[in-house]
Amino acid sequence: MLIGVLCLQGAFIEHIHMLESLGATAEEIRQKKDLGRPFDGIIIPGGESTVIGKLLRELDMMEDLRAAVSGGLPVFGTCAGLILLAKDIVNDDRRYLGTMDITARRNAYGRQLGSFATVSPFDGVGDVPMTFIRAPYIESVGEGVQALSVVDGKIVAARQDNQLVTAFHPELTDDTRIHKYFLDMITAHKSKV
Amino acid sequence: MAVKTEKPQSRAELNRNLAQMLKGGVIMDVTTPEQAKIAEEAGACAVMALERIPADIRAAGGVSRMSDPKMIKGIQEAVSIPVMAKCRIGHFAEAQILQAIEIDYIDESEVLSPADDVYHIDKTKFDVPFVCGAKDLGEALRRINEGASMIRTKGEPGTGDVVQAVRHMRKMMSDIRRLTSCAEDELFDEAKKLQVPYDLVKYVHDNGKLPVVNFAAGGVATPADASLMMQLGAEGVFVGSGIFKSGNPAKRARAIVQAVTNYTDAKLIAELSEDLGEAMVGINEQEIELLMAERGK
Repeated sequence: MLIGVLCLQGAFIEHIHMLESLGATAEEIRQKKDLGRPFDGIIIPGGESTVIGKLLRELDMMEDLRAAVSGGLPVFGTCAGLILLAKDIVNDDRRYLGTMDITARRNAYGRQLGSFATVSPFDGVGDVPMTFIRAPYIESVGEGVQALSVVDGKIVAARQDNQLVTAFHPELTDDTRIHKYFLDMITAHKSKV
Repeated sequence: MAVKTEKPQSRAELNRNLAQMLKGGVIMDVTTPEQAKIAEEAGACAVMALERIPADIRAAGGVSRMSDPKMIKGIQEAVSIPVMAKCRIGHFAEAQILQAIEIDYIDESEVLSPADDVYHIDKTKFDVPFVCGAKDLGEALRRINEGASMIRTKGEPGTGDVVQAVRHMRKMMSDIRRLTSCAEDELFDEAKKLQVPYDLVKYVHDNGKLPVVNFAAGGVATPADASLMMQLGAEGVFVGSGIFKSGNPAKRARAIVQAVTNYTDAKLIAELSEDLGEAMVGINEQEIELLMAERGK
């Protein structure tokens, strides 16, 4: 399985290691031409959404990536990746890919002192370790979006068809189950096509 | 109900994690909310709030201290990206103040006048993360042992001369390579020579890298400088005086951000380097009267 990892800024190498440990092939996406590869899925990592979003525009990658995701290419966004995929952001005027019908709140837990780790249930996976770093959460979801995990009354993971987002960073833990969940999503998608 | 883990171990881990999110990014020195907004718009992954940029600190001379908290708060309100600020080496009271205003990262920095000529801050006592400068592996591991969750080269701030950052990064990488090739029974003596605990030496030996993120800092003034530091092994870049002492700060900042992302694409960096206007004038290493990198070992 060939997964493209958006490597413009942030914690992308951690995702690549995670994918490789699960036997998938990971390739870096740094420029527009890299998006032409026949990926089975794409990961948008954590980092600063303002930086990644800006680079997507300046490197002329935004439209191609949006078209790919809208066309059904499976995508997994963590933290900043969630913000980039969100259709709406309550406390920010900036919008990026906007392909997923969720309303997100940026830096929802405050500054770095608000960052925390916990273990909470994830739908269909069980209790997983979750690391939140200046994280967002999802305030509300639209029709067809399934909330997969709720921590302290806030949605921190969701899925809409082939789009998966988490407010936390599974790539920062040793637990590979969320990445496995994404790869299973891709396998199911491919068997349908 | 989720249980928030409050163990010190976990806090240290979270603080190292924030540095991981900054990787592949550019952290810019800013002195006003307006500059902070320009930096954020240009693609900075964080800003360093300070009253005077290093070039002006160098020019002004005298004792240089932590910035006015009000000025730092103004910058915190202006941008959505992480905000860092500097305290003097060993000045834990300044660090406590920065923690009280919920700074995202404290730079215990040789750019300011050192407050303690023997001890650095015991950073394990804080909940907010620290970044510290290092000229070589020994310094880096000593700072990490004190609780630093991110390392940067010391460079020679405020000069626009990248030579020291290069020297420190090369030294760090060559120290790491040498340690990875040591036999296991040689590591005890290495720990003694580096004046650091054995566990940290063992970690570097086993993993071929520092246990925390390592950025370049000091004298970076052009997209080519940024590319050079990334190719030498930096995981991201601090740009201090290089941006707001140049002819067109917004354009230069944007070019440096893109150069860090695509640091091996010389063709792209050639395009980025066009028409940037005047770079900061800078001063050469030999012309410097005050070597800030020699502060705090």
